Amino acid sequence: MPLLEIKNLTKDFGGVRAVDNFSHRLEKGGLYAIIGPNGAGKTTIFNLITGIYNPTRGQIFFEGDEITGRITHQIAQKGIARTFQNIRLFSDFSVRDNVRTACHRYARYSIWEGLLPTPRRKREEKDLAERTSRLLELVDLSKRADELSKNLPYGHQRRLEIARALAQEPKLLLLDEPAAGMNPDETVDLMAFIKQIHKTFDLTILLIEHHMEVVMGLADDIVVIDFGRTIAQGTPDEVQSNPTVIEAYLGTEEV
Amino acid sequence: MSQYYVGILILICINLLAVLGLSLMTGFTGLFNFGQAGFLAVGAYTAAILTTQYKVPFVLALFAGMIVSILTSFFIGYPTLRLKGDYFAIATLGFSEVVRLLVENLEKITGGSRGIPRIQTYTSLPFALGASAIALWLVANYVRSRHGRSCVAIREDELAAESIGIDSFRYKQVVFAINAALGGLSGGLLAHYVGFIQPSMFSIIKSTELIVMVIFGGMHSLTGAVFSAVMLTSLPELLRTAQAWRLVAYGVLVVLIMVARPEGLMGSWELTPANVKALFSRKGE
Repeated sequence: MPLLEIKNLTKDFGGVRAVDNFSHRLEKGGLYAIIGPNGAGKTTIFNLITGIYNPTRGQIFFEGDEITGRITHQIAQKGIARTFQNIRLFSDFSVRDNVRTACHRYARYSIWEGLLPTPRRKREEKDLAERTSRLLELVDLSKRADELSKNLPYGHQRRLEIARALAQEPKLLLLDEPAAGMNPDETVDLMAFIKQIHKTFDLTILLIEHHMEVVMGLADDIVVIDFGRTIAQGTPDEVQSNPTVIEAYLGTEEV
Repeated sequence: MSQYYVGILILICINLLAVLGLSLMTGFTGLFNFGQAGFLAVGAYTAAILTTQYKVPFVLALFAGMIVSILTSFFIGYPTLRLKGDYFAIATLGFSEVVRLLVENLEKITGGSRGIPRIQTYTSLPFALGASAIALWLVANYVRSRHGRSCVAIREDELAAESIGIDSFRYKQVVFAINAALGGLSGGLLAHYVGFIQPSMFSIIKSTELIVMVIFGGMHSLTGAVFSAVMLTSLPELLRTAQAWRLVAYGVLVVLIMVARPEGLMGSWELTPANVKALFSRKGE
């Protein structure tokens, strides 16, 4: 059984077809990428998977259960975490609280216990604090734990957003253009970081990029989309030498 | 202590209860509520009708007022809490006007625009102080819990909060209910302090006064809520000698604070032992 299976997904916005009959299967443990030029419909696919949009047609299955049309937080609770293309941190929170908030489901105390300092609440809050510290250590943000997240440098904000997603201990991690706005050095660091978390957290990762170079050294399987339609799929080498892909990225020669 | 100062202290406690609910809802969760007076009215009328007509014990009547107020919040919240920002604020405004007009027109039950006279003044200073201290303690606990953090996350970025598995609608309902409970309690105490109630006491002017207290004190600070409830309740009283000018002075002060410190007096600073220590050690450097 694939971890995530997308069948014939279509999304129309008015007269514009953003995603056109998109199908994909993700096996557990893989590192997948979707690439395509700007406006190809990549982020829309993420928004469909995470329930931000409802598809016009098509179905999405996670671990065999249909999740099409579920609400965003329900999908997150099933084990799909994501980051956003334009970073969406809780900017008035410290680095620590960004991560701690994302761990919230590992404490089980009720709303009533939110009003009262019960022993169970103290115990579970302590556990959350420890979880948070461990994770910050792993992603190398411990030193900045008490800074406000909006004061972090850009590259660290990206890293924190990924850490926040990891705090949910997801089965599937969706990364939306993680290298956007980064310089080449930061991009190299980021690629190493993604490889590292893929291994340590035993994750399945699906990432979106429009820079082809970023994913070439990273993903095992790449889908290329253009105007919402899949135009190629395969290993980095196969995709790179595919004439349709080259055309989509570079355009055809004017005669 | 003279009866006059006791009265001001009781009014501070009554306002503080309503402001605490609003602070949690508007300050921490980001849901603007311009209709808090509506919940005060629900609590005040429920409690007052129970004590005057049915001879229900005071504390029980207060509880009944809170419960009716909470039920009202579910009734109003279910269709409106999915609305975005400004639209929700407008809905709360509409709600409080509907309550006021209902109270005015259900003459047989509420006494119409003449209101309910001769309510026993059960609200004593120790009772009001006790109630607001307990409420402050509960809300402060809530803000520091995982649920409180989830609320702030919703204020900061609702989509990001949803995508880490936070059920934003449920949390909004919860804070709306807590806010309604505190508003209802505030109203019940007010009715049994003043001794009579009438619809004009629960107009939009009251709602505005309460939301101004939250913004003035600092949207993200309970310390600020307490501070501004004390300041802005006592100030118009202390300026009473200036007569008509006192409300002008009040307005000018609020404008000045907002210009000088848009985040409110306290911003997001809280009065905790650790923060006080940090404040002094920084000054010592």
